[in-house]
Amino acid sequence: MNQWNNFSKGILKENAVLVLFLGLCPTLGVTTSAVNGLGMGLATTFVLVMSNLVVSLVKNAIPDKVRIPAFIVIIAAFVTVVELVMKAYIPSLFDALGLFIPLIVVNCVVLGRAEAFASKNNVVSSIIDGLGMGVGFALALTVLGGVREILGSGSIFGLSFIEGDGMLLFILPPGAFLALGYLIVLANKLKEKTT
Amino acid sequence: MEYVLIIIAAVFVSNIVLNQFLGICPFIGVSNKVETALGMTGAVTFVMVIATLVTYIIYQYVLVPLDLTYLRTITFILVIASLVQLVEIILKKISPPLYQALGIFLPLITTNCAVLGVAVLAVQQDFTLLGSTVFAIGNALGFGLALITFSGIREQLDMMNVPKGMKGVPIAFIVAGLMAMAFMGFAGLV
Repeated sequence: MNQWNNFSKGILKENAVLVLFLGLCPTLGVTTSAVNGLGMGLATTFVLVMSNLVVSLVKNAIPDKVRIPAFIVIIAAFVTVVELVMKAYIPSLFDALGLFIPLIVVNCVVLGRAEAFASKNNVVSSIIDGLGMGVGFALALTVLGGVREILGSGSIFGLSFIEGDGMLLFILPPGAFLALGYLIVLANKLKEKTT
Repeated sequence: MEYVLIIIAAVFVSNIVLNQFLGICPFIGVSNKVETALGMTGAVTFVMVIATLVTYIIYQYVLVPLDLTYLRTITFILVIASLVQLVEIILKKISPPLYQALGIFLPLITTNCAVLGVAVLAVQQDFTLLGSTVFAIGNALGFGLALITFSGIREQLDMMNVPKGMKGVPIAFIVAGLMAMAFMGFAGLV
């Protein structure tokens, strides 16, 4: 039960994007379509789980003073893994996400969980926490990407359901800010209802 | 002339915050007051220009000759993290008043993706050393322009009658969206 709470808190109650406002740059930057949002979400989930795992394993060996740089190096190593794997196997997604793949390193969600959770808890809890936070992050990005794709190009996951263009505004940068603003209002409403 | 174009492009056309979505966290986080926005802009400008310069030199003269370009991400973030520490120590010694003004913002900058983003973009776009420095200055100016105008609007927003559910961050995003729309008017300028 306790582990279930550990997992589920990342999905709505402490959702990284919609409630804690962490990791906003990739959230806005890559969500021009649902597929891009999902891809970014999964890549971040992988880095989150792996860095939480390693940080919780080595937490006692790292002196307190250099812990932040040490965590960043661990995270950067896994980001490089993601970068190289994606470039080799899914080049189209690699091109779409572009600069935001190396920028997973400075995604505050990842460093935040390493510092706030994995450096204080055991391995199993840390993996589950990383998974929950990652799923919540991926969910938020996919929903935002889906909304922008439906409104902006009249398709979902690449399947088009209208003729011609949609409301182009939602694919362009201003649409990202507007859509996320309303999504946060919605998340607040949902959170009010469940508590 | 080429450098003027780089600056205009970085400040207006592809503004780092409103068009490239880099540095959104400080953009939302420290934009409640114009004063803090000014402090943050100063700190970011300082670190961004030095970081871009140092990472550019390391990339071109160490990583490329040794064929280690796949270590780019790790190297850059380490350089930026240690640079921030260094700037903090030096500022404390040399100019206490400046440290007073920028001090609290410096630790935040390590995880400001605008700094790493500009460093990566500068090596990706094949600028010369001078070109990438100008590019960093332009982006820092663009960051400052967006952050300071945004904080001015948010100060006014505090006195407005905003619907209950929209208070705080949601309305800030709507405002940012409208600002981004205004900046789209600069498209095609360069």
